[in-house]
Amino acid sequence: MPEPYILSNITVCLLLATAFGVVSAVRKSDLWLEASRELWRRRPIALLVFGLYLLIGLLDSIAWVGGSVTGEDAVAVYKPKSIVDRLFVNLEEKSYSAPLADREFYDRSPLRHQGSHLLGTDILGRDVLYLTLKGARVALLIGILTSLIAIPLAVLLGVAAGYFGKRTDDIIFFLLSTLASMPGLLLLIALIIVLGRGTLSVCIALGVTSWVGFCRITRGETMKLRELDYVYAARVLGVSETRIIARHVLPGLVHLIVITFVLTFSGLVLTEAVLSWLGVGVDGSWGQMIAQAKDEISREPVIWWNITSAGVALFVLLLVLNFVGDAIRDILDPRTLRENL
Amino acid sequence: MLAYIVRRVAYGMLVVLGVLFFLFLLFFAVADPDDIARKALGEKVDAEIIEQWKINHNYHKPLWPSIDRPKDNLLVDHFARMLSFDFGRSDADDSVISERIKKGVGPSLALTVPMFLLGLFFGVLLALFVAFFRETYIDRMGVFLAVLGMSVSILLYIIGVQYLVGKLLHWFPISGFDPSPQVIWRFLALPVLVGLIKGIGGDVRFYRTVFVEEIYRDYVRTARAKGCSEGRIMIRHVLRNAMIPILTQVVVAIPFLFTGALLLESFFGIPGLGSMTFDAIDGNDFSVLRTMVYIGSLLFIAGQIVTDITYTLVDPRVRLE
Repeated sequence: MPEPYILSNITVCLLLATAFGVVSAVRKSDLWLEASRELWRRRPIALLVFGLYLLIGLLDSIAWVGGSVTGEDAVAVYKPKSIVDRLFVNLEEKSYSAPLADREFYDRSPLRHQGSHLLGTDILGRDVLYLTLKGARVALLIGILTSLIAIPLAVLLGVAAGYFGKRTDDIIFFLLSTLASMPGLLLLIALIIVLGRGTLSVCIALGVTSWVGFCRITRGETMKLRELDYVYAARVLGVSETRIIARHVLPGLVHLIVITFVLTFSGLVLTEAVLSWLGVGVDGSWGQMIAQAKDEISREPVIWWNITSAGVALFVLLLVLNFVGDAIRDILDPRTLRENL
Repeated sequence: MLAYIVRRVAYGMLVVLGVLFFLFLLFFAVADPDDIARKALGEKVDAEIIEQWKINHNYHKPLWPSIDRPKDNLLVDHFARMLSFDFGRSDADDSVISERIKKGVGPSLALTVPMFLLGLFFGVLLALFVAFFRETYIDRMGVFLAVLGMSVSILLYIIGVQYLVGKLLHWFPISGFDPSPQVIWRFLALPVLVGLIKGIGGDVRFYRTVFVEEIYRDYVRTARAKGCSEGRIMIRHVLRNAMIPILTQVVVAIPFLFTGALLLESFFGIPGLGSMTFDAIDGNDFSVLRTMVYIGSLLFIAGQIVTDITYTLVDPRVRLE
């Protein structure tokens, strides 16, 4: 088994390759190209900001060992560091300091790096800007990893239920009703506690609870699609079931997948923040920074920079996702066309 | 009609059994009873004490039924106890769970019911207002503000409202609870306010979409043609018809009023079921956690059956299949 950071590097490269594949596929199809141009025309700022988040997340995702910096201790040399880590190496203080301060917040002793902490430092003396930047990767990781679990599951079962109907549909629909009737947040927490706390189990739990709604949508849409004339025509021509699904049903679901992906993304990040508050979240997330700050806000004088940085970073990401998600839905979903006339 | 009701209730019961089986898999098969015992007692405990604890908490039987012992196992036990509402004792502190639930329902409802009613009222009111001014700057501004509000995490709302109203303005106590009717509202004001602010963005946006969809229907054009005023159209025609999709969304939320609000209760110190669940999460109290999931799904399933049946009574367009 290779080191975890190498696995993560490989995953990031695979994701990048997939992204390039998607982009080139979009460029070949007139309709998708038109849709993406329309999106860019409507939401340029939101897209740029989201791109910035992606860039920060990427810069923090590729890590390697080595490139020692003077003054590091022996252990730290062997720790894999990303580009973001390397920018902030050796920037630690003893405890809290306000943004751009040159002294510690409480005991007023001079800082090692005076005036260089743009957003101050936290209780352990870590640079808050650094922690905030690192949170971008965690948030994107939660959204993407969960979607990679939930969407294939939802599409697979939704298409199976909608296309084959009868017994298959009964079983899958029963599974959906069972999962949907359990209170979401509690189920999520129960799953995480039972699976063991950690990033992967949080994503699995989020996946298990979030695929249900999407599966309903794909099931309903597939039921509509299979009654269409071109599917009948394909069946009369003797096309196999798998080919009908792959060539005639799945393409009709792609726009739904895109819409749901973007719209659930923000919900996932919000839910993770709540989980962090309850002590079962992902390490290094903005939710965790906010959860830690709930005690800092009642101190006198108030430590405000920690919660503000994490809160603003989280807020802007969610805002951008909501705006882009709404625009994508308006562009891709013909049902809302009338509303925009 | 009767056949439909019977079928609907039977399916609901089947789903209850499905939920129970899922809970069994999660809390007994995936989570090893030995682990549960160790989490309750501490890591370094004698095997004997663990065995004794498992006997006291009914974890000692074999997991699955076997041919020679078809009744004496955890699966049958779990189903029998849950279906007869015998929830047993807490894994963490040995308190009787059903008594704690009885005690917690009151404070939870005191918080969630006002929150729910006020949220529905203000949500519908604001959405009507925004939909009335559709495709103007007021509408755009309203939707923009709604999206803005949806993008803020509830954690920030809790901390922000507590800091502003409780600490800077000293209007209300920061946390705590007192059930006597004269002062209870002072303790509930902040959590209800946070709950309102948190939900209002999404609600307004959803209700507005429903209203605007109705506004473009033919019957609205007819009403306008016969000389109805815009205000009358909104109240008499649009609101009434839009209530069907809105109520289906809203009624589904009613069962969860009973299970309380996890974050708000734990943060504002209200001793309801939400706080109880929060403590259970904190202390790895599996028996309380699975009881709460079970009760939540039970209420949800019951609520759904009631909604479906009233739906067929209220809306003649719904066909029974």
